[in-house]
Amino acid sequence: MTKYCIIGNSAAAIGAVEAIRDNDQDNPITIISKEPYHVYSRPLISYLLAGKITEDKMYYRDMDFYEKNNVEFINKTALTIDTENKAVILDDGKVEYDKLLISTGGTPFVPPTEGMEKNGVFTFTTWDDAKKVSEQLYNVKKAVVIGGGMIGIKASEALKARGIDVTIVELADAILSTVFDQTASEIARKHLENLGIKIITGNSVTKILGKNKVSGVVLKDGEKINCNLVIFAIGVRPNIEVVKDTPVKTNRGIVVDERMETSVSGIFAAGDVAEAYDSLNKENRLLPIWPLAYRQGKIAGCNMSGEKKVYDGGFVMNSIELIDLPTISFGLTNIDDKFEILSRINGEEYKKIVLKDGFVVGAIFIGCIDRAGILSGLIRDKIDVSAFKDVILDDNFGYISFPKDLRKERLSG
Amino acid sequence: MGRIYAKEEVCIGCRLCEIHCIVQHSKSKRIIKAFKEEPRALPRAIVEEEGALSFALQCRHCDEPLCVEACMSGAMHIEDGKVLCDSDRCVGCWMCIMSCPFGAIKRDEYHKISSKCDLCAGSDMPACVANCPNEALVYEVD
Repeated sequence: MTKYCIIGNSAAAIGAVEAIRDNDQDNPITIISKEPYHVYSRPLISYLLAGKITEDKMYYRDMDFYEKNNVEFINKTALTIDTENKAVILDDGKVEYDKLLISTGGTPFVPPTEGMEKNGVFTFTTWDDAKKVSEQLYNVKKAVVIGGGMIGIKASEALKARGIDVTIVELADAILSTVFDQTASEIARKHLENLGIKIITGNSVTKILGKNKVSGVVLKDGEKINCNLVIFAIGVRPNIEVVKDTPVKTNRGIVVDERMETSVSGIFAAGDVAEAYDSLNKENRLLPIWPLAYRQGKIAGCNMSGEKKVYDGGFVMNSIELIDLPTISFGLTNIDDKFEILSRINGEEYKKIVLKDGFVVGAIFIGCIDRAGILSGLIRDKIDVSAFKDVILDDNFGYISFPKDLRKERLSG
Repeated sequence: MGRIYAKEEVCIGCRLCEIHCIVQHSKSKRIIKAFKEEPRALPRAIVEEEGALSFALQCRHCDEPLCVEACMSGAMHIEDGKVLCDSDRCVGCWMCIMSCPFGAIKRDEYHKISSKCDLCAGSDMPACVANCPNEALVYEVD
Protein backbone atom coordinates (compact mmCIF):
# COMPACT_ATOMS: atom_id res chain seq x y z
CA MET A 1 0.00 0.00 0.00
CA THR A 2 1.11 3.53 -0.75
CA LYS A 3 -0.16 6.18 1.63
CA TYR A 4 -0.43 9.61 0.03
CA CYS A 5 -0.51 12.69 2.21
CA ILE A 6 -0.99 16.30 1.15
CA ILE A 7 -0.54 19.30 3.41
CA GLY A 8 -2.68 22.13 2.07
CA ASN A 9 -6.03 22.23 0.34
CA SER A 10 -5.95 24.57 -2.62
CA ALA A 11 -5.01 24.50 -6.32
CA ALA A 12 -1.78 22.48 -6.02
CA ALA A 13 -3.36 19.98 -3.63
CA ILE A 14 -6.30 19.37 -5.94
CA GLY A 15 -4.03 19.15 -8.99
CA ALA A 16 -2.16 16.41 -7.14
CA VAL A 17 -5.29 14.52 -6.08
CA GLU A 18 -6.62 14.52 -9.64
CA ALA A 19 -3.29 13.34 -11.06
CA ILE A 20 -2.87 10.62 -8.43
CA ARG A 21 -6.38 9.35 -9.10
CA ASP A 22 -5.64 9.14 -12.83
CA ASN A 23 -2.92 6.61 -11.99
CA ASP A 24 -4.06 5.05 -8.75
CA GLN A 25 -7.71 4.69 -7.79
CA ASP A 26 -7.16 2.62 -4.67
CA ASN A 27 -4.57 3.85 -2.24
CA PRO A 28 -5.70 6.36 0.37
CA ILE A 29 -5.05 10.10 0.16
CA THR A 30 -5.10 12.30 3.24
CA ILE A 31 -5.43 16.07 2.98
CA ILE A 32 -4.37 18.06 6.03
CA SER A 33 -5.66 21.62 6.18
CA LYS A 34 -5.75 24.11 9.01
CA GLU A 35 -8.76 25.75 7.39
CA PRO A 36 -12.06 23.99 8.12
CA TYR A 37 -13.53 24.36 4.64
CA HIS A 38 -14.22 22.02 1.79
CA VAL A 39 -11.81 22.97 -1.01
CA TYR A 40 -12.58 26.55 -2.00
CA SER A 41 -11.01 29.15 -4.24
CA ARG A 42 -9.10 31.84 -2.40
CA PRO A 43 -9.17 34.31 -5.30
CA LEU A 44 -12.96 34.27 -5.05
CA ILE A 45 -12.96 36.01 -1.68
CA SER A 46 -12.97 39.42 -3.36
CA TYR A 47 -16.00 38.37 -5.42
CA LEU A 48 -17.69 37.18 -2.21
CA LEU A 49 -16.94 40.39 -0.31
CA ALA A 50 -18.16 42.45 -3.27
CA GLY A 51 -21.45 40.55 -3.20
CA LYS A 52 -20.93 39.24 -6.74
CA ILE A 53 -21.20 35.60 -5.67
CA THR A 54 -22.86 33.73 -2.83
CA GLU A 55 -21.07 31.41 -0.39
CA ASP A 56 -22.15 28.25 -2.23
CA LYS A 57 -20.14 29.44 -5.26
CA MET A 58 -16.91 29.57 -3.28
CA TYR A 59 -16.18 25.88 -3.70
CA TYR A 60 -13.55 24.88 -6.25
CA ARG A 61 -14.83 21.34 -6.58
CA ASP A 62 -18.20 19.67 -5.92
CA MET A 63 -19.13 18.81 -2.36
CA ASP A 64 -18.64 15.09 -3.03
CA PHE A 65 -15.08 15.60 -4.31
CA TYR A 66 -13.32 14.02 -1.32
CA GLU A 67 -15.73 11.13 -1.20
CA LYS A 68 -15.47 10.43 -4.93
CA ASN A 69 -11.69 10.57 -4.81
CA ASN A 70 -11.31 8.57 -1.61
CA VAL A 71 -9.71 11.49 0.22
CA GLU A 72 -9.69 11.76 3.98
CA PHE A 73 -9.85 15.40 5.03
CA ILE A 74 -8.22 16.30 8.33
CA ASN A 75 -8.80 19.78 9.68
CA LYS A 76 -5.67 20.14 11.78
CA THR A 77 -2.41 22.05 11.69
CA ALA A 78 0.70 20.29 10.43
CA LEU A 79 3.53 21.32 12.75
CA THR A 80 6.51 19.48 11.34
CA ILE A 81 7.59 16.42 9.41
CA ASP A 82 9.38 13.44 10.88
CA THR A 83 11.27 12.49 7.73
CA GLU A 84 12.97 9.47 9.39
CA ASN A 85 9.70 7.81 10.31
CA LYS A 86 7.74 9.32 7.42
CA ALA A 87 5.05 11.04 9.43
CA VAL A 88 3.48 14.48 9.48
CA ILE A 89 3.24 15.67 13.07
CA LEU A 90 -0.01 17.49 13.78
CA ASP A 91 -1.05 19.69 16.67
CA ASP A 92 -3.03 16.64 17.69
CA GLY A 93 -1.69 13.30 16.44
CA LYS A 94 0.22 12.36 13.32
CA VAL A 95 -0.32 11.12 9.77
CA GLU A 96 2.03 8.54 8.28
CA TYR A 97 2.89 8.75 4.61
CA ASP A 98 4.82 7.06 1.84
CA LYS A 99 4.53 10.00 -0.54
CA LEU A 100 4.04 13.49 0.80
CA LEU A 101 3.14 16.75 -0.96
CA ILE A 102 3.73 20.07 0.75
CA SER A 103 1.38 22.62 -0.79
CA THR A 104 0.98 24.98 2.12
CA GLY A 105 0.78 28.16 0.04
CA GLY A 106 1.65 31.52 1.51
CA THR A 107 0.77 33.86 4.33
CA PRO A 108 0.37 37.60 4.02
CA PHE A 109 3.38 39.58 5.12
CA VAL A 110 2.51 42.30 7.63
CA PRO A 111 5.38 44.64 8.50
CA PRO A 112 5.58 45.63 12.16
CA THR A 113 3.53 48.82 12.34
CA GLU A 114 2.58 50.82 15.38
CA GLY A 115 -1.07 50.19 16.19
CA MET A 116 -1.42 47.08 14.00
CA GLU A 117 -3.05 45.13 16.87
CA LYS A 118 -6.12 47.38 16.86
CA ASN A 119 -9.57 46.18 16.05
CA GLY A 120 -10.26 46.74 12.35
CA VAL A 121 -6.88 45.69 10.94
CA PHE A 122 -6.97 42.74 8.56
CA THR A 123 -5.20 40.81 5.86
CA PHE A 124 -7.12 39.51 2.86
CA THR A 125 -6.26 36.07 1.54
CA THR A 126 -8.57 33.54 3.17
CA TRP A 127 -12.30 32.93 3.43
CA ASP A 128 -12.09 33.76 7.15
CA ASP A 129 -10.43 37.06 6.28
CA ALA A 130 -13.32 37.89 3.97
CA LYS A 131 -15.85 36.93 6.65
CA LYS A 132 -14.15 39.06 9.29
CA VAL A 133 -13.96 42.07 7.00
CA SER A 134 -17.58 41.61 5.93
CA GLU A 135 -18.79 41.39 9.53
CA GLN A 136 -17.19 44.75 10.29
CA LEU A 137 -18.51 46.62 7.30
CA TYR A 138 -21.77 47.72 8.90
CA ASN A 139 -19.91 50.45 10.76
CA VAL A 140 -17.19 51.20 8.23
CA LYS A 141 -17.32 54.25 6.00
CA LYS A 142 -13.70 54.60 5.04
CA ALA A 143 -10.97 52.05 4.50
CA VAL A 144 -7.26 52.19 3.82
CA VAL A 145 -5.72 49.37 1.83
CA ILE A 146 -1.96 49.09 2.22
CA GLY A 147 -0.50 47.74 -1.02
CA GLY A 148 -1.46 48.37 -4.63
CA GLY A 149 -0.77 44.91 -5.98
CA MET A 150 -3.28 42.31 -7.11
CA ILE A 151 -4.70 41.54 -3.66
CA GLY A 152 -4.87 45.18 -2.63
CA ILE A 153 -6.64 46.18 -5.82
CA LYS A 154 -9.19 43.34 -5.64
CA ALA A 155 -9.85 44.08 -1.96
CA SER A 156 -10.34 47.76 -2.80
CA GLU A 157 -12.68 46.96 -5.64
CA ALA A 158 -14.78 44.75 -3.36
CA LEU A 159 -14.92 47.38 -0.60
CA LYS A 160 -15.90 50.01 -3.15
CA ALA A 161 -18.70 47.74 -4.39
CA ARG A 162 -19.96 47.65 -0.80
CA GLY A 163 -20.13 51.42 -0.68
CA ILE A 164 -16.94 52.02 1.28
CA ASP A 165 -14.69 54.98 0.57
CA VAL A 166 -11.31 53.40 -0.23
CA THR A 167 -7.78 54.77 -0.28
CA ILE A 168 -4.91 52.63 -1.53
CA VAL A 169 -1.44 53.41 -0.17
CA GLU A 170 1.36 51.93 -2.27
CA LEU A 171 5.06 52.16 -1.49
CA ALA A 172 6.22 51.98 -5.12
CA ASP A 173 5.68 54.79 -7.60
CA ALA A 174 2.90 52.92 -9.40
CA ILE A 175 0.18 50.39 -8.68
CA LEU A 176 0.47 46.85 -10.02
CA SER A 177 4.12 47.64 -10.73
CA THR A 178 5.21 43.99 -10.66
CA VAL A 179 2.88 42.97 -13.48
CA PHE A 180 2.47 46.15 -15.52
CA ASP A 181 4.75 48.67 -17.16
CA GLN A 182 4.41 52.39 -16.46
CA THR A 183 1.84 53.02 -19.21
CA ALA A 184 -0.44 50.19 -18.06
CA SER A 185 -0.12 51.26 -14.43
CA GLU A 186 -1.14 54.79 -15.36
CA ILE A 187 -4.21 53.58 -17.29
CA ALA A 188 -5.17 51.37 -14.35
CA ARG A 189 -4.68 54.18 -11.89
CA LYS A 190 -6.77 56.69 -13.85
CA HIS A 191 -9.50 54.13 -14.38
CA LEU A 192 -9.76 53.33 -10.67
CA GLU A 193 -9.50 56.96 -9.64
CA ASN A 194 -12.27 57.95 -12.05
CA LEU A 195 -14.47 55.37 -10.38
CA GLY A 196 -13.79 56.83 -6.98
CA ILE A 197 -10.88 54.87 -5.50
CA LYS A 198 -8.19 57.14 -4.09
CA ILE A 199 -4.61 56.11 -4.79
CA ILE A 200 -1.51 57.36 -3.03
CA THR A 201 1.85 56.10 -4.36
CA GLY A 202 5.41 56.50 -3.15
CA ASN A 203 4.20 56.50 0.43
CA SER A 204 3.55 54.11 3.29
CA VAL A 205 1.61 53.78 6.52
CA THR A 206 3.81 54.34 9.58
CA LYS A 207 1.17 54.30 12.30
CA ILE A 208 -2.37 53.09 12.82
CA LEU A 209 -4.43 55.40 15.02
CA GLY A 210 -7.32 54.75 17.40
CA LYS A 211 -8.02 53.53 20.93
CA ASN A 212 -9.13 49.94 20.58
CA LYS A 213 -10.66 50.43 17.17
CA VAL A 214 -8.95 51.88 14.14
CA SER A 215 -9.72 55.55 13.60
CA GLY A 216 -7.11 56.41 10.99
CA VAL A 217 -3.58 56.01 9.70
CA VAL A 218 -0.54 58.26 9.51
CA LEU A 219 1.61 58.16 6.39
CA LYS A 220 5.36 58.50 6.10
CA ASP A 221 5.03 62.11 4.96
CA GLY A 222 2.89 62.92 7.99
CA GLU A 223 -0.45 62.98 6.22
CA LYS A 224 -3.31 61.59 8.28
CA ILE A 225 -6.20 59.65 6.75
CA ASN A 226 -9.33 58.88 8.75
CA CYS A 227 -10.64 55.33 8.35
CA ASN A 228 -12.33 52.53 10.30
CA LEU A 229 -10.73 49.65 8.45
CA VAL A 230 -7.19 48.82 7.39
CA ILE A 231 -6.23 45.95 5.10
CA PHE A 232 -2.61 44.90 4.74
CA ALA A 233 -2.04 43.61 1.21
CA ILE A 234 1.68 44.05 0.79
CA GLY A 235 2.61 40.58 -0.29
CA VAL A 236 2.64 36.93 0.58
CA ARG A 237 5.44 34.76 1.97
CA PRO A 238 5.68 31.02 1.46
CA ASN A 239 4.63 28.88 4.40
CA ILE A 240 7.82 26.91 4.97
CA GLU A 241 7.55 26.55 8.77
CA VAL A 242 6.46 22.94 8.46
CA VAL A 243 9.88 21.94 7.04
CA LYS A 244 11.93 24.05 9.44
CA ASP A 245 14.53 21.87 11.22
CA THR A 246 13.94 19.06 8.72
CA PRO A 247 16.35 18.00 5.95
CA VAL A 248 13.99 19.47 3.33
CA LYS A 249 16.05 22.15 1.64
CA THR A 250 14.63 25.65 1.51
CA ASN A 251 15.61 28.92 0.01
CA ARG A 252 12.87 31.54 0.15
CA GLY A 253 10.50 28.71 -0.65
CA ILE A 254 10.96 24.96 -0.81
CA VAL A 255 13.56 23.89 -3.36
CA VAL A 256 12.26 21.33 -5.87
CA ASP A 257 13.64 19.49 -8.88
CA GLU A 258 11.99 19.11 -12.28
CA ARG A 259 9.70 16.40 -10.89
CA MET A 260 8.62 18.72 -8.06
CA GLU A 261 10.46 16.53 -5.57
CA THR A 262 12.29 18.19 -2.68
CA SER A 263 15.78 17.36 -1.43
CA VAL A 264 14.18 14.50 0.55
CA SER A 265 13.10 11.55 -1.54
CA GLY A 266 9.36 10.94 -1.43
CA ILE A 267 8.55 14.48 -0.33
CA PHE A 268 7.27 16.84 -3.00
CA ALA A 269 6.30 20.51 -2.97
CA ALA A 270 4.09 22.55 -5.31
CA GLY A 271 2.29 25.85 -5.59
CA ASP A 272 3.03 29.14 -3.85
CA VAL A 273 5.40 27.44 -1.38
CA ALA A 274 7.67 25.90 -4.03
CA GLU A 275 10.54 27.38 -6.00
CA ALA A 276 9.92 25.76 -9.35
CA TYR A 277 11.43 26.48 -12.75
CA ASP A 278 10.70 29.83 -14.37
CA SER A 279 11.11 29.18 -18.09
CA LEU A 280 11.62 32.84 -19.02
CA ASN A 281 14.06 33.83 -16.30
CA LYS A 282 15.66 30.38 -16.59
CA GLU A 283 15.97 29.83 -12.86
CA ASN A 284 13.98 28.31 -10.05
CA ARG A 285 11.96 30.86 -8.11
CA LEU A 286 8.69 31.56 -6.37
CA LEU A 287 5.88 32.14 -8.87
CA PRO A 288 2.74 32.27 -6.75
CA ILE A 289 -0.03 32.13 -9.34
CA TRP A 290 -3.02 29.85 -9.63
CA PRO A 291 -2.41 28.16 -13.01
CA LEU A 292 1.13 27.14 -12.07
CA ALA A 293 0.06 25.94 -8.63
CA TYR A 294 -2.41 23.56 -10.23
CA ARG A 295 0.13 22.48 -12.86
CA GLN A 296 2.88 21.84 -10.33
CA GLY A 297 0.48 19.94 -8.09
CA LYS A 298 -0.49 17.80 -11.05
CA ILE A 299 3.16 17.08 -11.93
CA ALA A 300 3.89 16.21 -8.30
CA GLY A 301 0.82 13.96 -8.20
CA CYS A 302 1.96 12.10 -11.32
CA ASN A 303 5.41 11.47 -9.90
CA MET A 304 4.01 10.48 -6.52
CA SER A 305 1.86 7.84 -8.16
CA GLY A 306 4.49 6.31 -10.40
CA GLU A 307 4.07 8.25 -13.62
CA LYS A 308 7.30 9.99 -14.52
CA LYS A 309 6.46 13.53 -15.57
CA VAL A 310 8.65 16.59 -15.86
CA TYR A 311 7.60 20.16 -15.08
CA ASP A 312 8.70 22.11 -18.11
CA GLY A 313 8.50 25.39 -16.26
CA GLY A 314 6.13 28.29 -16.22
CA PHE A 315 6.16 32.07 -16.30
CA VAL A 316 4.26 34.77 -14.54
CA MET A 317 0.79 35.48 -15.91
CA ASN A 318 -2.10 37.41 -14.46
CA SER A 319 -5.62 38.27 -15.48
CA ILE A 320 -7.21 40.93 -13.35
CA GLU A 321 -10.29 42.97 -13.97
CA LEU A 322 -10.14 46.50 -12.62
CA ILE A 323 -13.80 47.40 -12.15
CA ASP A 324 -14.93 46.24 -15.61
CA LEU A 325 -11.61 47.02 -17.30
CA PRO A 326 -10.17 43.61 -18.22
CA THR A 327 -6.39 43.26 -18.16
CA ILE A 328 -4.00 40.43 -18.86
CA SER A 329 -0.24 40.46 -18.57
CA PHE A 330 2.40 37.80 -18.77
CA GLY A 331 6.10 37.20 -19.04
CA LEU A 332 8.65 39.97 -19.05
CA THR A 333 6.97 43.36 -19.27
CA ASN A 334 9.30 45.78 -17.56
CA ILE A 335 12.48 45.39 -19.51
CA ASP A 336 15.54 47.15 -20.88
CA ASP A 337 16.61 48.06 -24.41
CA LYS A 338 17.86 44.60 -25.31
CA PHE A 339 14.28 43.79 -26.15
CA GLU A 340 12.10 44.79 -29.05
CA ILE A 341 8.81 46.38 -28.06
CA LEU A 342 5.68 46.57 -30.17
CA SER A 343 2.84 48.58 -28.69
CA ARG A 344 -0.21 50.62 -29.41
CA ILE A 345 -2.50 52.67 -27.24
CA ASN A 346 -5.93 54.15 -27.76
CA GLY A 347 -7.60 55.59 -24.68
CA GLU A 348 -7.92 52.80 -22.16
CA GLU A 349 -6.96 50.18 -24.73
CA TYR A 350 -3.30 49.27 -24.60
CA LYS A 351 -1.43 46.38 -26.10
CA LYS A 352 2.26 45.71 -25.75
CA ILE A 353 4.25 42.75 -26.98
CA VAL A 354 7.85 42.22 -25.91
CA LEU A 355 10.17 40.28 -28.22
CA LYS A 356 13.68 38.96 -27.89
CA ASP A 357 15.54 37.54 -30.87
CA GLY A 358 12.26 36.97 -32.68
CA PHE A 359 10.49 35.26 -29.78
CA VAL A 360 7.67 36.68 -27.69
CA VAL A 361 8.76 36.95 -24.05
CA GLY A 362 6.05 39.15 -22.58
CA ALA A 363 2.79 40.99 -23.24
CA ILE A 364 0.32 43.39 -21.68
CA PHE A 365 -3.30 43.74 -22.73
CA ILE A 366 -5.49 46.44 -21.20
CA GLY A 367 -9.09 46.73 -22.29
CA CYS A 368 -8.55 44.47 -25.31
CA ILE A 369 -7.78 41.01 -23.96
CA ASP A 370 -9.54 38.86 -26.55
CA ARG A 371 -7.43 35.92 -27.74
CA ALA A 372 -4.53 37.00 -25.51
CA GLY A 373 -3.80 33.33 -24.91
CA ILE A 374 -2.46 32.94 -28.44
CA LEU A 375 0.48 35.07 -27.31
CA SER A 376 1.05 33.16 -24.06
CA GLY A 377 1.02 30.00 -26.18
CA LEU A 378 3.71 31.43 -28.44
CA ILE A 379 5.88 32.05 -25.37
CA ARG A 380 5.19 28.65 -23.85
CA ASP A 381 5.94 26.76 -27.05
CA LYS A 382 8.92 28.98 -27.95
CA ILE A 383 7.77 29.83 -31.44
CA ASP A 384 9.77 32.23 -33.59
CA VAL A 385 7.35 34.98 -34.65
CA SER A 386 9.74 36.94 -36.89
CA ALA A 387 7.69 36.03 -39.97
CA PHE A 388 4.48 37.60 -38.67
CA LYS A 389 5.48 40.05 -35.97
CA ASP A 390 4.39 43.04 -38.06
CA VAL A 391 0.74 42.00 -37.68
CA ILE A 392 0.95 40.73 -34.12
CA LEU A 393 -0.67 43.86 -32.65
CA ASP A 394 -3.58 43.85 -35.09
CA ASP A 395 -7.12 43.42 -33.80
CA ASN A 396 -7.69 40.47 -36.07
CA PHE A 397 -4.36 38.80 -35.33
CA GLY A 398 -4.94 35.10 -35.12
CA TYR A 399 -4.02 31.78 -36.62
CA ILE A 400 -4.66 33.29 -40.03
CA SER A 401 -1.55 35.41 -39.47
CA PHE A 402 0.62 32.32 -38.95
CA PRO A 403 2.60 30.75 -41.78
CA LYS A 404 0.49 27.93 -43.22
CA ASP A 405 2.70 25.10 -41.98
CA LEU A 406 2.76 26.41 -38.44
CA ARG A 407 -1.01 26.92 -38.46
CA LYS A 408 -1.63 23.41 -39.73
CA GLU A 409 0.74 21.92 -37.20
CA ARG A 410 -0.87 23.72 -34.27
CA LEU A 411 -4.48 23.19 -35.27
CA SER A 412 -4.21 19.58 -36.31
CA GLY A 413 -2.95 18.25 -32.97
CA MET B 1 -13.80 12.30 -27.56
CA GLY B 2 -14.26 14.34 -30.70
CA ARG B 3 -12.64 17.33 -32.27
CA ILE B 4 -13.59 19.61 -35.15
CA TYR B 5 -11.06 20.18 -37.91
CA ALA B 6 -11.19 22.85 -40.58
CA LYS B 7 -10.10 22.42 -44.19
CA GLU B 8 -9.09 25.93 -45.10
CA GLU B 9 -8.64 24.97 -48.77
CA VAL B 10 -12.39 24.50 -49.19
CA CYS B 11 -13.74 27.04 -46.69
CA ILE B 12 -15.65 29.71 -48.61
CA GLY B 13 -15.99 32.08 -45.64
CA CYS B 14 -19.80 31.95 -45.67
CA ARG B 15 -19.98 31.99 -41.88
CA LEU B 16 -22.89 29.56 -41.83
CA CYS B 17 -20.98 27.77 -39.05
CA GLU B 18 -21.31 30.87 -36.90
CA ILE B 19 -24.97 31.25 -37.73
CA HIS B 20 -25.85 27.66 -36.94
CA CYS B 21 -23.76 27.82 -33.78
CA ILE B 22 -25.84 30.81 -32.67
CA VAL B 23 -29.06 28.95 -33.47
CA GLN B 24 -27.89 25.84 -31.63
CA HIS B 25 -27.07 27.86 -28.51
CA SER B 26 -30.17 30.04 -28.63
CA LYS B 27 -33.24 29.54 -26.48
CA SER B 28 -35.61 28.96 -29.40
CA LYS B 29 -33.22 26.93 -31.60
CA ARG B 30 -34.93 28.54 -34.60
CA ILE B 31 -32.98 30.66 -36.98
CA ILE B 32 -35.13 33.78 -37.25
CA LYS B 33 -36.15 33.81 -33.59
CA ALA B 34 -32.58 33.14 -32.50
CA PHE B 35 -31.41 36.35 -34.07
CA LYS B 36 -34.06 38.39 -32.30
CA GLU B 37 -33.34 36.97 -28.87
CA GLU B 38 -32.04 39.42 -26.32
CA PRO B 39 -29.24 38.77 -25.68
CA ARG B 40 -28.46 36.94 -28.90
CA ALA B 41 -26.46 33.76 -28.31
CA LEU B 42 -22.77 34.09 -29.11
CA PRO B 43 -21.18 31.98 -31.83
CA ARG B 44 -18.57 29.73 -30.28
CA ALA B 45 -16.88 29.05 -33.61
CA ILE B 46 -14.39 31.76 -34.51
CA VAL B 47 -14.11 32.51 -38.22
CA GLU B 48 -10.76 33.90 -39.25
CA GLU B 49 -10.65 35.57 -42.62
CA GLU B 50 -8.14 37.47 -44.70
CA GLY B 51 -8.55 37.94 -48.42
CA ALA B 52 -9.45 34.63 -50.00
CA LEU B 53 -8.30 32.59 -47.03
CA SER B 54 -10.73 31.66 -44.29
CA PHE B 55 -11.41 28.93 -41.77
CA ALA B 56 -13.38 28.33 -38.59
CA LEU B 57 -11.66 27.60 -35.32
CA GLN B 58 -13.32 25.96 -32.33
CA CYS B 59 -12.07 24.80 -28.94
CA ARG B 60 -9.57 21.98 -29.52
CA HIS B 61 -10.84 20.10 -26.43
CA CYS B 62 -7.22 19.51 -25.43
CA ASP B 63 -6.19 16.40 -23.53
CA GLU B 64 -4.41 18.58 -20.99
CA PRO B 65 -6.39 21.82 -21.23
CA LEU B 66 -4.54 24.86 -19.94
CA CYS B 67 -7.85 26.66 -19.46
CA VAL B 68 -8.90 24.03 -16.93
CA GLU B 69 -5.61 24.32 -15.07
CA ALA B 70 -5.91 28.10 -14.98
CA CYS B 71 -9.56 28.27 -13.97
CA MET B 72 -9.70 29.45 -10.38
CA SER B 73 -13.42 28.98 -9.82
CA GLY B 74 -13.61 25.38 -10.96
CA ALA B 75 -15.98 26.30 -13.80
CA MET B 76 -13.81 24.96 -16.60
CA HIS B 77 -13.74 21.19 -16.47
CA ILE B 78 -13.48 18.01 -18.50
CA GLU B 79 -16.58 15.89 -18.96
CA ASP B 80 -16.45 12.76 -21.12
CA GLY B 81 -13.45 14.17 -22.96
CA LYS B 82 -15.11 17.51 -23.64
CA VAL B 83 -13.80 20.73 -22.15
CA LEU B 84 -16.82 22.56 -20.79
CA CYS B 85 -17.49 25.73 -18.82
CA ASP B 86 -20.02 25.54 -16.01
CA SER B 87 -21.79 28.88 -16.40
CA ASP B 88 -23.03 28.81 -12.79
CA ARG B 89 -19.49 28.64 -11.50
CA CYS B 90 -17.77 31.01 -13.95
CA VAL B 91 -17.12 34.50 -12.55
CA GLY B 92 -15.54 36.00 -15.67
CA CYS B 93 -11.97 36.31 -14.37
CA TRP B 94 -10.69 35.55 -17.90
CA MET B 95 -7.85 33.32 -16.73
CA CYS B 96 -8.93 30.86 -19.44
CA ILE B 97 -8.65 33.55 -22.12
CA MET B 98 -5.15 34.28 -20.85
CA SER B 99 -4.22 30.61 -21.11
CA CYS B 100 -5.90 29.18 -24.21
CA PRO B 101 -3.21 28.99 -26.92
CA PHE B 102 -5.89 28.86 -29.62
CA GLY B 103 -7.76 31.95 -28.54
CA ALA B 104 -10.85 29.77 -28.69
CA ILE B 105 -12.64 31.15 -25.62
CA LYS B 106 -14.71 34.30 -25.86
CA ARG B 107 -16.06 36.72 -23.31
CA ASP B 108 -19.82 36.64 -22.97
CA GLU B 109 -20.00 40.23 -21.80
CA TYR B 110 -23.74 40.13 -21.19
CA HIS B 111 -23.57 37.28 -18.70
CA LYS B 112 -19.99 38.05 -17.72
CA ILE B 113 -18.88 34.47 -18.23
CA SER B 114 -16.66 32.60 -20.65
CA SER B 115 -18.22 31.22 -23.80
CA LYS B 116 -16.79 28.29 -25.70
CA CYS B 117 -17.55 25.36 -27.98
CA ASP B 118 -19.32 22.51 -26.16
CA LEU B 119 -19.40 20.27 -29.25
CA CYS B 120 -23.16 20.84 -29.22
CA ALA B 121 -23.85 18.91 -26.04
CA GLY B 122 -26.54 16.35 -26.59
CA SER B 123 -26.28 16.00 -30.34
CA ASP B 124 -24.14 13.58 -32.33
CA MET B 125 -22.88 16.11 -34.83
CA PRO B 126 -21.87 19.69 -34.00
CA ALA B 127 -24.14 22.18 -35.78
CA CYS B 128 -21.24 23.98 -37.48
CA VAL B 129 -20.05 20.74 -39.08
CA ALA B 130 -23.55 19.55 -39.99
CA ASN B 131 -24.35 22.82 -41.73
CA CYS B 132 -21.07 23.55 -43.50
CA PRO B 133 -22.13 23.66 -47.19
CA ASN B 134 -18.69 22.79 -48.56
CA GLU B 135 -17.57 20.19 -46.03
CA ALA B 136 -14.85 22.50 -44.84
CA LEU B 137 -15.48 21.32 -41.31
CA VAL B 138 -15.13 17.72 -40.23
CA TYR B 139 -15.84 16.10 -36.92
CA GLU B 140 -13.53 13.30 -35.93
CA VAL B 141 -14.15 11.03 -33.01
CA ASP B 142 -11.19 9.17 -31.52
